[in-house]
Amino acid sequence: MEELDVEAVVTEIPAVSTGKHMGFAWGPGDILVYETLYKAKGASSSGSSLIHEVRKDEDIYSPILRKLFNESHHIFVGLQTVGEDVPSKNKKPQFVSISKNYRSVIRACMEELQQLAVLTKDAEAATRLGNQVSILLAIELIWNLCEVLFIDAAPAGSLLLHLLDWVRLHKADVDEKTREVLQSESPAEHHNYWDVVVSYVLQGRVEEARQMLVKQANLHPAARGMFKLMDKLLSKMPFYNPRSTQTLTEFDVIWRHWHEEVDRCLQDNSFSSNQHLEFICKILLGDEDSLLECKDLLGTWYHFLVTRLLFCHPTVKPTDLHYYAQSCMTMFLDSRSVSEPLDSILLASFEFDIHQVIKDCSIVLNNWWFVAHLTDLLDHCKLLQSHNLHFGSNLREFLLLEYASGLFTHHSLWQLAVDYFDHCPEFGRVYLELQIERVPLETERKALKVLRVCEERQMSEQVRSICKIMATRALRNNRLGSALSWSIRAKDAAFATLISERFLQDYSTRGTFSDLDLIDNLGPSMLLSNRLTFLGKYREFHRLYGQKHFSKAAKLLLSLMTAKIAPQSFWMTLLTDALPLLEQKEVIFSVDQTYELMFCLEELTFSQVAAAASEKKPRQEDDVEQTKVELLRLALARNLATAIVKEGTVDT
Amino acid sequence: MFVARSITADHKDLIHDVSYDFHGRRMATCSSDQSVKVWDKSENGDWHCTASWKTHSGSVWRVTWAHPEFGQVLASCSFDRTAAVWEEIVGESNDKQRGLSHWIKRTTLVDSRTSVTDVKFAPKHMGLMLTTCSADGVVRIYEAPDVMNLSQWSLQHEISCKLSCSCLSWNPSSSRVHPSMFAVGSDDINVTCSGKVQIYEYNENTRKYAKAETLMTVTDAVHDIAFAPNLGRSFHILAIATKDVRLFKLVPIRKESTSTGPTKFEVQIVAQFDNHNSQVWRVSWNITSTLLASSGDDGCVRLWKANYMDNWKCTGILKGDGSPLTGSSGQPTAMSTVLGSSIQTSQNALNGISAGSSLKALYISAHSPNHSHIHTPVGQDCHARR
Repeated sequence: MEELDVEAVVTEIPAVSTGKHMGFAWGPGDILVYETLYKAKGASSSGSSLIHEVRKDEDIYSPILRKLFNESHHIFVGLQTVGEDVPSKNKKPQFVSISKNYRSVIRACMEELQQLAVLTKDAEAATRLGNQVSILLAIELIWNLCEVLFIDAAPAGSLLLHLLDWVRLHKADVDEKTREVLQSESPAEHHNYWDVVVSYVLQGRVEEARQMLVKQANLHPAARGMFKLMDKLLSKMPFYNPRSTQTLTEFDVIWRHWHEEVDRCLQDNSFSSNQHLEFICKILLGDEDSLLECKDLLGTWYHFLVTRLLFCHPTVKPTDLHYYAQSCMTMFLDSRSVSEPLDSILLASFEFDIHQVIKDCSIVLNNWWFVAHLTDLLDHCKLLQSHNLHFGSNLREFLLLEYASGLFTHHSLWQLAVDYFDHCPEFGRVYLELQIERVPLETERKALKVLRVCEERQMSEQVRSICKIMATRALRNNRLGSALSWSIRAKDAAFATLISERFLQDYSTRGTFSDLDLIDNLGPSMLLSNRLTFLGKYREFHRLYGQKHFSKAAKLLLSLMTAKIAPQSFWMTLLTDALPLLEQKEVIFSVDQTYELMFCLEELTFSQVAAAASEKKPRQEDDVEQTKVELLRLALARNLATAIVKEGTVDT
Repeated sequence: MFVARSITADHKDLIHDVSYDFHGRRMATCSSDQSVKVWDKSENGDWHCTASWKTHSGSVWRVTWAHPEFGQVLASCSFDRTAAVWEEIVGESNDKQRGLSHWIKRTTLVDSRTSVTDVKFAPKHMGLMLTTCSADGVVRIYEAPDVMNLSQWSLQHEISCKLSCSCLSWNPSSSRVHPSMFAVGSDDINVTCSGKVQIYEYNENTRKYAKAETLMTVTDAVHDIAFAPNLGRSFHILAIATKDVRLFKLVPIRKESTSTGPTKFEVQIVAQFDNHNSQVWRVSWNITSTLLASSGDDGCVRLWKANYMDNWKCTGILKGDGSPLTGSSGQPTAMSTVLGSSIQTSQNALNGISAGSSLKALYISAHSPNHSHIHTPVGQDCHARR
């Protein structure tokens, strides 16, 4: 496949002077550029200090095109699961209907844009909308032709019928003219009357042409015979019916007979007294010169092609199309007018050169929507030869990746892109990983949305990173609860430890816990880090104490120290917490438990003495600590005494 | 491509670098006026300067963001021979209301004896690490062991490259697949014959960075260098800004299990473009490495893209119009003219109808009674939704 030499698109940046350099920075959806100078390091230079935000694609910001993206996304997802159980030859009707669904979405968008273009007062906006409409028109035109030729792949006979429909759909101004003519006082004398009749004939709409002719016949009773003859010729014009039992050969014979009959009528000058009818007769014979006289009515070379086929080669085979297409194009476009991209795209379609069609379209259209979806559909129809490339992705995937990457730059459309990436087996996953972590996490809700996408796809690194970002942000803003729950989600033990410490610090200074809901419902996630376990358990102690389950609370408190769950720095707080339990009338700590508490206290004071030896602490603080220890020792001793008595009493 | 908006940066001197944060919601700018500015994007897409402060006592060459996992952290490097780390602190609420943010200096890295030419954070999986390179030919790798305390940075590695360094780039792909790796470029004009791009790789055994490769074919001054995101490929792609734009593919050669030396690479040139006519100053990849941008002496930014056949082409040029700003923000390229005039014709046909009749009417009447079976599903779908 030959590469077209494409000229790079030049975008002018205002206020960047010549002789300067242009610096840039990539963003997720745009590129920032600014004037700078790279050579003279340290040198001062006055210049523009503007930064320009350059965007690639404005289409995704159009609210109407957004509908196109949304709805085609549904069709796309449906297509990916089409008839996995259906044998491939039975899938064709499904593919054709999907193709039509895509086109109907294009049509709906076009309508909306058109209405908007008519209503808008702003001339610039109207032009822009008009441009979008004409692009969509072209897209639909190409898509429709591809549907006829590649997807439906109609055989000889039916092929022409499809092409006729295609031309009728896209050359619909006849109907507008008809309305105008019919609404006039005397339709048959309207200056557009014959244009309408001829246009109908050119599109093979014989019934409508006959109805129009009746009006003229009524006006000329003298020429009634002639009109009757034309009516007969038109009514007898054979059309192939794919659903009848008639074979193509039989049809061909009938058609030839009709053709000969028309020819006889022309030869014996049946219409010589009415130039219009004679002209129509010539058209029916497929007379080249007469057809070319209708250039204005035909409008395009491909209309000319279809009309010519209708009257000369109604049983044209798909393989012969390109020959007629080429010659019609040359005949229709005089040497002065150069063929335009649309012409060459259509010509390539008639030549069944699918790759050329896709390639030309992707060059001409700045939006990947069309090529991505069409190529995907054609690929599902098994119409693309495997184009395996050493860079990896095949054509379908390449285009889908481009399209989806574009969607990802949009603040809400990125969610559609996820499904497209999912259906790109080769690079879809990596692209999704790279793109999704760039989605701004403005709110917790948005973060949860992004997170769900990652979790559904087991993207563990992205899950971790998002949670970490959220945890860091929450911590910076002193929202400890949120920070803790995000770091639990991230399974980030180090961070959970850090936040737990902050919780405990807060408790030490304020005497209350914040975010009780969260801490009370930690469950198994408590095991993420030792400090977190301690935080959870310590809070549990407070709950038990509050509910007056003193012995349970006492047991838990003790185990926090003996099982080394509590950091030693916190032991004094724990022992102080034990004081009111020791002071209760009822004995709560047993003899053994009291011994253990005493052991803990001694261990703590011993290590504090050791620590104090190395770093000098202020005297006063020492005094407070000393009083606390004395108090504890006293309470412990008293508790031990009562516990011995009590336990002794029970024994006897 | 079109200019969506222009922002008055209001730097008193030349802007040297503009850097987007990870999510593209903030940007930082730095300038010869020795200051750094931070900008935040509002809901409607407008940029607001939320902080501006003097950062160095010389031109600030580069400014860069740490990954948001580490908070809101910036690093800058300057002609004043230092690099600095800045952290945003959550200020008083009335500051927030006025749309201002507070950045405080966490550390100044003063190890370089010459201008610090580039500063980059290492990939996030390595922790919070900052790398500088300087005109004295040394690459320094610093680490913040405690991410909650950014005032402590320890110099972990000092790698002498023997050539004055101008730029460096970390290989962004994860170390699970291969050792940590960075490339450093030199614009040394005193040494003419040697390779100006060196690749260094971390060795687990020696716990040091060792030179894995020198790109011997690049002998002219190198101004910028950029590894492409890996995309799970078995090879690495490196873009280089020198007297032209060059793309290299580094294919690791499988080494014997006993070997402990650095990975050897097969170096292949993928593309070489001299469209900038002379020196190229910057190269940089977009997120998925499907586009490479370069800036050169022709005053243009050029965009390079590989098609699905892996052919690299210039697909876009951003070019100064050389005139002062006239108020117009630039026009989107006229795509319809590209398609051809026949489409214009059909559009005229469309324009001829009133909004009321519209395409729906056109469409339905286009069905001749003979073949109405063909297109019925079209239109049905879209009208049913109304």
